[in-house]
Amino acid sequence: MTRRARSFVALAALGVLGAVLVVAVTGLEPFGHYPGPYGDVLAKVVPDERHTGQLVAATVFDYRGFDTLGEEMILFAAVCGCAALLRVLRSEREEDEGAPARPVPSFAARAMSAALVGPVMVLGAYVVAHGHLTPGGGFSGGVVVAGALLLAYAGGQGLRLRRVGSITMLEGTEALGAAGFLALALAGLIATGALLKNFLALGTSGMLLSAGTIPVGNVAVGLEVAGAVALVFSEFLEQALLEDPE
Amino acid sequence: MSLLAYVVAVWLFVVGIYGVVTSRHLVHLVMCLSVAQASTYVLLLGIGYRKGGQAPIFGDIPSSTPVVDPVVQALTLTDVVVGATVSALLLALAVQAHKRFGSVDPDELNALRG
Repeated sequence: MTRRARSFVALAALGVLGAVLVVAVTGLEPFGHYPGPYGDVLAKVVPDERHTGQLVAATVFDYRGFDTLGEEMILFAAVCGCAALLRVLRSEREEDEGAPARPVPSFAARAMSAALVGPVMVLGAYVVAHGHLTPGGGFSGGVVVAGALLLAYAGGQGLRLRRVGSITMLEGTEALGAAGFLALALAGLIATGALLKNFLALGTSGMLLSAGTIPVGNVAVGLEVAGAVALVFSEFLEQALLEDPE
Repeated sequence: MSLLAYVVAVWLFVVGIYGVVTSRHLVHLVMCLSVAQASTYVLLLGIGYRKGGQAPIFGDIPSSTPVVDPVVQALTLTDVVVGATVSALLLALAVQAHKRFGSVDPDELNALRG
């Protein structure tokens, strides 16, 4: 099929699909009139049952923690797959052992990266630690921490030496986070007989140490996401550096 | 006006799939898939929206305030993570395809295989 013919077929089919979907969404509740009831139930019970006001975190790490466990495993498996796919190519490194080292990144780039690593890392840790109090949490905070790690590479000698820090350490961080969340789930099973049960003291609402297992889950997820994102980026960066010898 | 968010979701989905079908570059294809995936975020958040509702976080607001639905927001969070991992995996495959076939045009990969 030529490109043009394929475009026409795709346009026709997607036009029909789009029309059907628009008809379908007209049958939904009008925008702004969410019918409930699950969100309303959560809004009512979470502050008393879990001593936190962060309904989304309570949903993700407690009431629907089982979904998050599955999601964690998806993330872990996908990153393992990425690492495996990109690792096969590492043998190519041997071939250009003799290639000259790349020039050092400019002073401005290195200074800026070095200056930002600390603050960004602190911001990431803050977002992770306050996930049960304010917007944020392990997923978004983990990505910020990964950003700090990548800044460290950008400012360091990584680019010049064509290798990006310790992959093993990132793999370890990611695995530790995934194992941590699994251990938290199993700890609930051992302590109370129910997987992922919130078995820790709930504390006072609004305090850093409150809401039982929710902040612990945030930290575990934060570790895993930081490791995963930094690992995937390093693998791709390494590929890019291999591809482009000069 | 009340349908705008839903229609935007439908549009993102359709236009993303069109990009995937007609793409001539694997990286572009993955980006188009991300666009199609973004439609699910818009749809989910649109469904959970409540007129005048606050963010579902009772920190500075009394717990009797009407809030938007936290369940669909949690679903969207899962959605974003899965979307990111799918993109990462597909991009890794694109790197492999480029190494093996020397091309990132999906059509040429087809020809080589046949």
